[in-house]
Amino acid sequence: MSQSTSTHARPALSGRLGVDIGGTFTDVVLEIGDALHSTKVLTTYNAPEDAIIDGLQQVCRKAGVEPSVINQVIHGTTLATNALIERRGAKTALITTEGFRDVIEMRTESRFEQYDLNLKIPEPLLPRNQRYVLSERISAKGQVLKPLDRKAVEALAEEIAAGGYQSVAVGLIHSYLNDTHEKMVRDVLSARMPEVMISLSSEVSPQMREYERFNTVAANAYVKPMMKSYLSRLVRRLKEAGADGPVFLMHSGGGIISLESASEFPVRLVESGPAGGAIFAAHIAARYGLDKVLSFDMGGTTAKICLIKDQVPKTSRVFEVARTYRFKKGSGMPISIPVIDMVEIGAGGGSLAHVDSMRQIRVGPESAGSEPGPACYQRGGTRPAVTDADLVLGRLDPHDFAGGSIPLSPDASHDALSTHLGKTLGLDSATAAFGLSEVVDENMANAARVHAVENGEDLANYTMIAFGGAAPLHAGRLCEKLGIDRLIVPPGAGVGSAIGFLKAPFSFESTRSVYMRLNAFDAGVVRQLLSELRDESTNFVRSCDAHAAIHADYKVYMRYVGQGWEIPVSLSAADAENPNEKRFQDLFEADYATLFGRTVHGLDIEITVWAVNATTEPATAEKAVPLAAKRAAQSAGTRKLFDTASEQYRDASIVQRTALAAGDTVKGPAVVTEAETTIILPAGFNAVNRSDNCLDITRDNAGH
Amino acid sequence: MTKLSTVSSQVMWNRLISVVEEQAQALIRTAFSTSVREAGDLSAGVYNVDGDMLAQAVTGTPGHVNAMADAVAHFIREIGPDNIFEGDVYITNDPWKGTGHLHDITVVSPSFHKGKLVGYFACTAHIVDIGGRGFGADGNSVYEEGLFIPIMKFAERGEVDLSFVNLVRHNVREADQVVGDIYALATCNEVGHRRLIDMMVEFALDDLVAISSFIMENSHRATLERIAALPNQSAHGEMTIDGFSQPISLKVRLDIADDHILADYEGTSGVDKKGINVPLVYAKAYTCYALKCAIAPEIPNNAASLAPFRIAAPVNSIVNAVHPAPVALRHIIGHMIPDVVFGALDKILPRTVPSEGAGALCNFQVSLRPGTNPPQGARRAEILMFNSGGSGARPTLDGMSATAFPSGVMTMPVEATEHTGPVIVWRKELRPDSGGAGQYRGGLGQYMEVGVLEGHAFDISAQFDRLDHPARGRNGGRNGGETQIALDDGTKLRGKGRQAIPEGRRVKLAFPGGAGYGDPKLRDRDAIRRDIALGYVSAEAAKRDYGLSDAELAALTDAIA
Repeated sequence: MSQSTSTHARPALSGRLGVDIGGTFTDVVLEIGDALHSTKVLTTYNAPEDAIIDGLQQVCRKAGVEPSVINQVIHGTTLATNALIERRGAKTALITTEGFRDVIEMRTESRFEQYDLNLKIPEPLLPRNQRYVLSERISAKGQVLKPLDRKAVEALAEEIAAGGYQSVAVGLIHSYLNDTHEKMVRDVLSARMPEVMISLSSEVSPQMREYERFNTVAANAYVKPMMKSYLSRLVRRLKEAGADGPVFLMHSGGGIISLESASEFPVRLVESGPAGGAIFAAHIAARYGLDKVLSFDMGGTTAKICLIKDQVPKTSRVFEVARTYRFKKGSGMPISIPVIDMVEIGAGGGSLAHVDSMRQIRVGPESAGSEPGPACYQRGGTRPAVTDADLVLGRLDPHDFAGGSIPLSPDASHDALSTHLGKTLGLDSATAAFGLSEVVDENMANAARVHAVENGEDLANYTMIAFGGAAPLHAGRLCEKLGIDRLIVPPGAGVGSAIGFLKAPFSFESTRSVYMRLNAFDAGVVRQLLSELRDESTNFVRSCDAHAAIHADYKVYMRYVGQGWEIPVSLSAADAENPNEKRFQDLFEADYATLFGRTVHGLDIEITVWAVNATTEPATAEKAVPLAAKRAAQSAGTRKLFDTASEQYRDASIVQRTALAAGDTVKGPAVVTEAETTIILPAGFNAVNRSDNCLDITRDNAGH
Repeated sequence: MTKLSTVSSQVMWNRLISVVEEQAQALIRTAFSTSVREAGDLSAGVYNVDGDMLAQAVTGTPGHVNAMADAVAHFIREIGPDNIFEGDVYITNDPWKGTGHLHDITVVSPSFHKGKLVGYFACTAHIVDIGGRGFGADGNSVYEEGLFIPIMKFAERGEVDLSFVNLVRHNVREADQVVGDIYALATCNEVGHRRLIDMMVEFALDDLVAISSFIMENSHRATLERIAALPNQSAHGEMTIDGFSQPISLKVRLDIADDHILADYEGTSGVDKKGINVPLVYAKAYTCYALKCAIAPEIPNNAASLAPFRIAAPVNSIVNAVHPAPVALRHIIGHMIPDVVFGALDKILPRTVPSEGAGALCNFQVSLRPGTNPPQGARRAEILMFNSGGSGARPTLDGMSATAFPSGVMTMPVEATEHTGPVIVWRKELRPDSGGAGQYRGGLGQYMEVGVLEGHAFDISAQFDRLDHPARGRNGGRNGGETQIALDDGTKLRGKGRQAIPEGRRVKLAFPGGAGYGDPKLRDRDAIRRDIALGYVSAEAAKRDYGLSDAELAALTDAIA
């Protein structure tokens, strides 16, 4: 930690608090030195800060410290995401260019499901009567084609004022090239009604493509009043509870931003929880010196998969929130902000299975949730869920699920599997369970493969890091399907995201859209542009942390002239200081060939977006010391575990994770049990418990 | 042939579908023309060694469905089995062996595993130009519509034929975009091939024979089960549309048998003199699409699931035009086919299919050039725009506004379009009162207004229908709004064909709405109030079409104010 400059007397101990508000649970982790104390409390929707305070007090009791030791809070939350999904935002107006009132309603003018005659297109975030227009126009070269009349804006301001809006989004055509009209709108509106919050598309998301940009600024404006109010209440409550250090927010791109910035651009908090999970995995990757990692986070409803190269999660500039139709691409709202690029699919412990008309087993995205839950919960659920299959296949202990708090009924699982799958397909319940499990694993494997190909990666040399309640049950099989030979299950997997927040660096990405062709490459302009971006992003990070070393990453987005999609090309600091046309071309062509097989003959190349990401060094990951296997772990007995290779049950030893010492080994087939999850080691997998209590699992390829 | 377990076969089938989705994504990522990269006018599929389609990506274009299914067999025959080598890439834009017009380029690549041919990948995309008169209805024969690329090699053993590339380059406008797109097509097959080989290694497969038969048997059985569940009946459907210079009558008879459905277009108008004719492959694609939507929506497309849908049409009818008929705008009539089929199907399966909608995409192409006082750097450009009218109301739902049906392509973002040339889209928004009244309202069409930057001139190639024949309602639903096209000074333009726009003028367009479903008097009052509040329906129209009283309207106006 950096030295405090405060003049107050500091407590001898200093702690940091990581808080992740999820759909069901709020996870709280207190870090004091190397020690972590964690708890899960139910999310309190009406006043989310209540659960945080509750959790804070619990972890302080566990650690035997006062809240005053907490001198920094790092927070991530799904609140903004949920507000968008559930449409619980502020009364918001959108102001746009005349002629373009319906951009966010007309979307892409296409159907995301081709064969459904009764398809319902999702409603726009802001209905038509809350969308206003101004006569003005900027050209594709950023020139003013039709000037904006200040008087017209003043007249519109009266109308907006009369409408009783709490928040206003401004999205004008081509404003990412020229923001003068958007700024004039803000000036006039804030003079007329200083209490109304205003969001500009040229600030929230300065990217080409009006639908994505307008939707992003509308989403930002929509959640802003709520998030701003929540964040200020949270700071007050923390202070009252004795924790008066600064609060920082995890953003969807995996970095940390100030409370002020989060309040201004709350749309950047969307999916910050899963982003924390990716950071968690990146930290483990750093500790083990792994350059190619696939993080696999599987909970009750969804699975999230992310590529982590060179210990940094992949990032992207657009993603989709609130998918309304079976998680189908296109059925949600596009948000264009920097995000950790991950795939999320409807595959979790609660995902339900059925047989379709082609006699194929289908799993998810429909989920049993916690009520009624899978059939084995015996709370009224009758359809088979992934958890039912896991139980029948011997992966779960009916008497020791969630630390024994939920007794499971194998009979109910067998019934559900027979009734809904087995009878139709002529399979016994165990084979039906195997089929169900294979299908959900294949769904996840497919998602991982598609994600890999979109990024030009071959998963064969990757290591998987698995966390989240359901992931360790399926990770072994997923490794087999993806050809991955090494799997790491870290301790604290159940609260991985919140731990990730504490490992995340302060970071800020500055970007500019400036088009430059390589045949008109101007080294002076490039040098100037990149250094401005570096200063801008570095200064921002400096405002969060006055002392830490700050590192700048340079990236340009390049394409052949005429293409619509760019590929990111990384530059070294030397490339940024001494930009060279030939060097840029070589870097682009090498990356393009890796991704797509061949370069294109005789076409010019252009740069469209310039980006510099300034970041403090991530929490230094103490390198895991190589450790020789010492002794076989003590087994607490055996149980029947379904073996996917031979398609029959085999005896598997049971090992308790808390009983493992450093260097203990476990040979599959085995089940390693702990309170929040169970780790399945299929036959052919061997684990070693490392000194940091990560279970380091390798697959022997003999039988492959 | 390896024996496969049921579970691993299921897994592999899913995998093949994801392989072709990846293939399609790679095409979008590397394409140059906005029709491919922004609008998704493309398709991609994987085939066995016999040329039977095993899986196809669900992309924007049902029109490619059948055409693609048949295409690879043509390639195998014409290239010749002895002439197929590892690293080869084949190409054509033959409208009768590809997907219906010269603007669609189909690329096929053989897939080799351990030195042995195991299958093929194919993909198709709509390119921005292919020379000739330019994309439009004006050709009198296919010879005027542009460069015809017979089935040939684009690359042999990995070596691209640069003479061919050069030939293309000198025969098309926007050469960089066209050549770039051809490379993108080859790239996407390569990506699909890599994934297929990964799968074969993982499952230790030497060929695709066993998985092919698993897919074919299951799809075939599932499709037949659906057809067997239908009553054995025949029914007629018909629809008249604008055509080029005279109205065209489209007629179909559906015969439902135990193991197949026949769609017979006997009685349909003959070929037109202008380029709106349809090769049979394309008519078949949209016939299949309509039937599959209504009968078997979730069965994936492959050779076996498509086989039970049969089509017959008299040679030289407008839905079975043969070489050298002009076919550039075959999509206009092709897109109308589902409404014709639904008209017949409604008599067999009541309350299943929607009312008529806009049908054809509302596409147009603008050709820009420097005007009388050109600014520095003024240039020529060909710009294609895809837009949609409203879809027909459904038996229990309103139609979708400005949403493509039956086509599934996307519109291009205006900001992306304006980067491709000096065009300016001044307006693109919903068109109130264009959705046909009904218990369920038709989807709204849209307004557009198009001009160019000062110092440029342009022609528009209009590709519109439903000026004189709007979408018709079902069960008492009213018609949708008709297409309108005029200059901004009010001068009317034609719905089809290339027209020069006087310098300084703009083109104003109003695209058609979908028709209503059911008697408007039965429409839920809250739904009408909402339509008025959101401006989908004007107060006057609410009074006229839905019988809203002055008192009701006044109450509503107060509530809004």
